[in-house]
Amino acid sequence: MALATPNTNQQFEERAANDIMRPVGLNIKFHAWMGVLTLVLIACLYAYYTQLRNGLSVTGLRDYVNWGMYIANFVFFVAASLIGMLISGVLGLLGFQWIKPIARIAEIIAVAFAAVAGLVIVSDMGRPDRLPFVFLYGRVQSPILWDVTVVTTYLVLSLILYYVPLLPDLAIGKTRMNHNHGWLAKIYDILSLNWKHDPEQYNILHKAVRILLILIVPTAFAIHTVTSWLFAVNPRAGWDSTIFGPYFLTGAFVAGCAALIIAMYFFRSNYKLHRYITPEHFDKMGKLLVLTSIIYLYFNINEYLVPGYKLKEADAIHLHELFSGHYAPLFWGTQILGLILPLILLLFKPMRKPLPVLIISFFVLAGAWAKRYIIVVPTLEHPYLPKQYVPDEWMLYQPTLTETAITIGSIVLVLMIISVLAKLFPVIPIWEIEEKSNQTTEPS
Amino acid sequence: MNNKSQSTPQGNDSHKEAKNKSRREFLKRFGLAGAAAAAGGAALYSGYQYEKAKGKSEMVRVLTDDNRLVMVPRDQIQESKPDQAFLQKRGRNGLEGHRWVMVIDLSKCRNARQCVKACQKAHHLRPHEYHITTLEMQDGPKTAPYFMPKPCQHCDNPPCVSVCPVDATFKRQDGIVLIDNERCIGCRFCMSACPYSARMFQWQEPFMAEEYEEDPQPYDVELNVPQAKGTISKCLFSADRLRDDELPYCVSACPNGVFYFGDENEDAVTNGTTKETVRLSALLKQNAGYRLMEELGTKPRVYYLPPKNRLFDFDNQPSSYKGDDEKA
Repeated sequence: MALATPNTNQQFEERAANDIMRPVGLNIKFHAWMGVLTLVLIACLYAYYTQLRNGLSVTGLRDYVNWGMYIANFVFFVAASLIGMLISGVLGLLGFQWIKPIARIAEIIAVAFAAVAGLVIVSDMGRPDRLPFVFLYGRVQSPILWDVTVVTTYLVLSLILYYVPLLPDLAIGKTRMNHNHGWLAKIYDILSLNWKHDPEQYNILHKAVRILLILIVPTAFAIHTVTSWLFAVNPRAGWDSTIFGPYFLTGAFVAGCAALIIAMYFFRSNYKLHRYITPEHFDKMGKLLVLTSIIYLYFNINEYLVPGYKLKEADAIHLHELFSGHYAPLFWGTQILGLILPLILLLFKPMRKPLPVLIISFFVLAGAWAKRYIIVVPTLEHPYLPKQYVPDEWMLYQPTLTETAITIGSIVLVLMIISVLAKLFPVIPIWEIEEKSNQTTEPS
Repeated sequence: MNNKSQSTPQGNDSHKEAKNKSRREFLKRFGLAGAAAAAGGAALYSGYQYEKAKGKSEMVRVLTDDNRLVMVPRDQIQESKPDQAFLQKRGRNGLEGHRWVMVIDLSKCRNARQCVKACQKAHHLRPHEYHITTLEMQDGPKTAPYFMPKPCQHCDNPPCVSVCPVDATFKRQDGIVLIDNERCIGCRFCMSACPYSARMFQWQEPFMAEEYEEDPQPYDVELNVPQAKGTISKCLFSADRLRDDELPYCVSACPNGVFYFGDENEDAVTNGTTKETVRLSALLKQNAGYRLMEELGTKPRVYYLPPKNRLFDFDNQPSSYKGDDEKA
């Protein structure tokens, strides 16, 4: 892999450290970006305040469609957070070296989405003040308890998996800090836990990371499987499926790959990291997106074709709505623009160049969000018994401005977490780049 | 429905001031339910002491709320209202020895919706908020249309109870599925789980919110009143009425004799309109009674009698028939 052609390792390491540390620290652009995000967030918080005051009646949710945009958004967030496990966990444990420069970005995405996913659920609760009841009176029979447990575990594991490999970089970074950022150097000093680049320390670090990677794989599988069970345990047409676990899981990998590609592109161009996040990375991520999309397509075929073949009455109504009814534009838009077309396009090498793969990833990510909406809402619009003697607006679900604003607020919060983490700390593991350069150059 | 199982909670106090005070606090702290037995005994003893000191006072027999008959001096009796803790305890426990069951005769329903109105009045609901509602049904394109009252089915294998994360909705020993809106966190998982769409949510301030504010009352889990914003509400089989040995609100309100209600243990159900009591097993057998969506394994406690020989015409095709192609 041709990262660069340094004259010596020493020079290469020096340059890598400089390149990666350069974007670290606050500047006017960052302040402006965070200022805009904060303003948007304040507007969204006001929307949440009106919801607290007036109850969930400010949303489009009613007795038939009792879950809507919030829950769809929650599922999407959990899905996107799984990319941390796929990159570091699965590919890392399999020994792929190319993931090293992007593994930390994947981990940042995992932390941000997993952290906000919990808040999204709270925004859906009728009585958020009673959140402690889940711990005080929790019943293990309820999938919600399982979800709370595994999402929290995954968040903690992801945080540790983000922090531990950061230790050597914190030690490297504190000596190179811009003099304007004395306070940040202090934070680095404290957080680096007195890291001395001792070989023994590296030895422990490698072992610790390996254990974490092994732990994170089943945890990540669990969070999305359990999230799918929030639906699959209910006897409802469209949810009553035995493949919801793997269906959700593979869908999550698709969404996560797209999110990671977008983040990679952004950091590469804004932080000038072209030397480390190369077109080859985009090519490989494009291929990974194809692979995950194929598996997801396979589960989609199973999920829709098999009930569609039998056409049991309730399933028939559900599928009819999706294929040719009210939800047809969204359904086909999602399936074609968000899954099938990207999958076909990415088979061609020119489409896996950074810019095309970025554009495709936007479609995939938007499709992934809409797909969760399609999984959550139409099923609830078609209960077994007829909907009668209720106001017209109860028949079909239409998200309101308030609930859209609260949902946007959660996305803004994710962006803020990613921005802060990526601005205060190096987004590429310097020490791993150096380690790799040593490995690749030593034999020659 | 016999077996009067209601009891009148009564507090009993000693006449001696110091003793009296500490005992009252003791009572408060432990709630009426737990302390009643001790209070009864103590009252007897102190009554005896009182008589020794002051001469005769008339003794009366009272039933404590743990169902013990005790004697206390009449002038020692104090009025007492059931408090929240007491209501919760008895509400979660249920009526011992009963297995409540409802039978709905579809051949008699003419969609008067009196059941709906009576229920909404009792539980402080808006006109479009339902614990029970009636549906215009047609199962297939050529099958007969009919009206179907639909309360909570009070399943013996309730999907809603399984998924509740905080034990807010629960199954009682007498078969009733209740909701405790003091516990409910408003996640609405139970609504998603219910195949009968039997549950409602308080999306906004409840209908009678202002009245609750003016005149606060303890929450009765058997009536689910006061209703609370951001929590679930549902049919309770009128558990408060059953405790008073009366038929549920909807059952008594029906003008057409649609509802039978009773106790499976006694194999007897009473018609809410005619007040005629019949054998449950015979009623179901003779009329080919069935339960809704038996295939889901929820094991409802509500039985339906088929809409055979309907007493009332069904003017229009119901708009509700869900099958697609053959509709036209």
